[in-house]
Amino acid sequence: MSIATEDVREDEPPTPTKQTKQQRRAAGIAEQASGGIKMLLVKLLALGLVDALALYAVFVLALHEQWAVLVIVAAVTALVNWIYFSRRKLPAKYLTPGVIFLVVFQVFVLLYTGYIAFTNYGTGHNGSKEQAVSSLMASSLERVEDSPAYGVTVVERAGELGLLVTDPEGDALVGTNEEPLTEASGAEFDGDVAVSADGWNTLQFADVLERTDEVTALAVPASDDPNDGAIRTPDGSTGYLYVSTLEYDEAAGTMTDLTTGTVYSDTGVGAFTADGGEQLLPGWQITVGFDNFVRAVTDTRLAGPLLYVTAWTFAFALISVASTFFLGLFLAIVFNDMRMRGRKIYRVLMILPYAIPSFLSALVWAGMMNESFGFINQVLLGGASIPWLTDPLLAKVSILIVNLWLGFPYMFLVCMGALQSIPDDIQEAAKVDGAKPWAIFRLIKLPLLLVTVAPLLIASFAFNFNNFNTIYMLTDGGPRDSNAPIPVGFTDILITMVYKVAFTGQTRDYGLASAYSIIIFIVVAVISIIAFRRTKSLEELN
Amino acid sequence: MAARKVVPGTGVGLAAGEIEEMTDASTRAFSSRGDAPLALPKRPFSFGRWFAATGWRHIVGVVMVVFSLFPIVFVVSSSLNPNGTLTGSNALFSKIGLDSYVRILSDPQVPFSTWFANTMIIAGTTAVCTVFLGALAAYSFSRMRFTGRRFGLISIVVVQMFPQLLAVVAIFLLMSTIGDLFPAIGLNTHLGLIMVYLGGALGVNTYLMYGFFNTVPASIDEAAKIDGAGHARIFFTIILRLVAPILAVVALLSFIASVNEFVVASVLLIDTDKQTLAVGLTKLVSNPRYADWSAFSAGAVMSALPVVALFLFLQKYIVGGLTAGAVK
Repeated sequence: MSIATEDVREDEPPTPTKQTKQQRRAAGIAEQASGGIKMLLVKLLALGLVDALALYAVFVLALHEQWAVLVIVAAVTALVNWIYFSRRKLPAKYLTPGVIFLVVFQVFVLLYTGYIAFTNYGTGHNGSKEQAVSSLMASSLERVEDSPAYGVTVVERAGELGLLVTDPEGDALVGTNEEPLTEASGAEFDGDVAVSADGWNTLQFADVLERTDEVTALAVPASDDPNDGAIRTPDGSTGYLYVSTLEYDEAAGTMTDLTTGTVYSDTGVGAFTADGGEQLLPGWQITVGFDNFVRAVTDTRLAGPLLYVTAWTFAFALISVASTFFLGLFLAIVFNDMRMRGRKIYRVLMILPYAIPSFLSALVWAGMMNESFGFINQVLLGGASIPWLTDPLLAKVSILIVNLWLGFPYMFLVCMGALQSIPDDIQEAAKVDGAKPWAIFRLIKLPLLLVTVAPLLIASFAFNFNNFNTIYMLTDGGPRDSNAPIPVGFTDILITMVYKVAFTGQTRDYGLASAYSIIIFIVVAVISIIAFRRTKSLEELN
Repeated sequence: MAARKVVPGTGVGLAAGEIEEMTDASTRAFSSRGDAPLALPKRPFSFGRWFAATGWRHIVGVVMVVFSLFPIVFVVSSSLNPNGTLTGSNALFSKIGLDSYVRILSDPQVPFSTWFANTMIIAGTTAVCTVFLGALAAYSFSRMRFTGRRFGLISIVVVQMFPQLLAVVAIFLLMSTIGDLFPAIGLNTHLGLIMVYLGGALGVNTYLMYGFFNTVPASIDEAAKIDGAGHARIFFTIILRLVAPILAVVALLSFIASVNEFVVASVLLIDTDKQTLAVGLTKLVSNPRYADWSAFSAGAVMSALPVVALFLFLQKYIVGGLTAGAVK
């Protein structure tokens, strides 16, 4: 097989750079002539679709003032058009579609993870400082005692609700949650109250009733200064001025609670903080440097879990690879005897665990290993109550057993293939020389087998290092470690810890989760560098 | 992992199944025709000798088959049990009925059929697009020589070491930002999830295909070129037909991977009737004690059936593919 490959390589056409200009032009003309009108139409149609979508995207981005993204989208679209209309750039025509997805959803997100690891992103730190200020002010609004009643009409623009307010002087003003009140153009009045304005649709009474929740949640800022308060309406027809119990001093960057007089200031931790350390949440997102990493390794309540989770991740991956490999190898040797009957039936039945989606198998095992109702305790062990999944040590053993069940068929298939590809004459030669079966296996078959299987063992290690499904479906990382401030358990591996810190529990800490991701990233990178060095597989690429 | 490994690996793996079948057949034919009449009268059946030669292997086989099958038997049995609880499922095949199947298909709280359809749509689309994107890339790597080709191949090998689930936080934040601007492809959409999955299309799959593409002689391309076919025609009408087996393998592996994927799907799909089987069924039995265990089992059996059927159907090819690419 490898000889055939060599032939292919030699038959390859010479590199395009060696062609003369005429040759290239000739090739281009031939290429065009061969394409056919149908191919051209398909190409034009596909490109037209891409361009139309890109144009739409550019409009939307311009509407939201996302200039940087807009420039990137436009540049990429231009590049795509250039690649497909150019007569050359042949390899690029085949690579571009996949590469775009790869860059956005694999490379970019990995880099973005790196950025998030250096921020305090998470619950209570979701947006910018302006958003935090307005959200704090909005959440502490209270109606001004002697506020005059404003005539109010609920209006709508592009799905967004706004209020058309008539102030006591009789001027019509319009605004939304985000946009403070401004003079409404072309307002029409019904009596004293403005009922419509240019660019806005007036909501009918029935619609107002239907969207009562949205209407009563509206708080239209009276001006750019958040301290001026906001207009809210309890019924959709009359509005009152509400002011916040917090006062924001933009120049000093402080928040003052008017009821208690406490001054909260921006101390650089991403939230308004009082002298006593009390914080007003939500805060905002800031870069915190290596804080997350420092916290992960020095905070004693976090460092402990990180240490045992990392140790267990390595143990889990190594033992899983070793146990599945040795069981698979043993079975391959056992069933590699031509004299044995029914080998095919055994093989099919034994690879069934591998054919079933692993999340289902893990869930079924979790049911069977249930302490008080599970099949294993109740039926196989006659009513024992062994805490298969709830004891820290036993849960690890259970996970390894289940992962052995999930993984041995793969190793069995791989070892079977590798064993059968070892030529028989080597074995016969050894036999003639007087080697015992064990010596033949240990000194001849095993080394040859390992040459084929070693890269697969490395890949299997890398897979198990991030084997989320088995852990999460079986024990959910439990039993829970009650000392840790994050939702982590004794059988969590690094990747399940990342998931739990980021997406479960009361507080989501994206920054810390990303810092853990980066730690996994580094570990995997180091292992793969060593592995690639050892196997020299990258050098063989050509 | 390596080009050399993949190319012979694929070939050997694919051939191995056939070789094995041939040897199986020939030994059987041999023993029935030649050996049996000659050997049997001379050497009467001895249990000891039979046991030493192949008998103990059957014991190992039976033990392993029991180990492999008992969870499967358990889940099939409890899916046929009309009673709901986990305890009720322990007496294997004590009652047989299809009530649980009816229950999970008709329960308005558990939109199983929607989950099933979602999974098939998402996994199916991902599989088809992965094959297409991967085949395009593999063709250019295998047939063209250009600057950055080696770098491209190495990046594909390196990138596959870092699975997408490592970046799940960033994917979530990216998709929620995209969702604010373009709700059709953002958070809580199938299209968005498929796009994220396609980020992994140029990975191990492309690598597998690249190895297989290399085994198709380049002289075929050249003959077509002389006959006046352009690169696109060669690719779509000639090469893709010749590499069909590897396309099937990659499609199936990608399909299984998407069916199994939990992390990204659970984070991106929020509404219950947008979710996939992996997300929905996991939430259904998050507490096995109180869950309707036999309804879950019925769902599990129905979810596993198409995947298992496809797997066994394409078994011979998959074994070759696995040896080459190490997936799952």
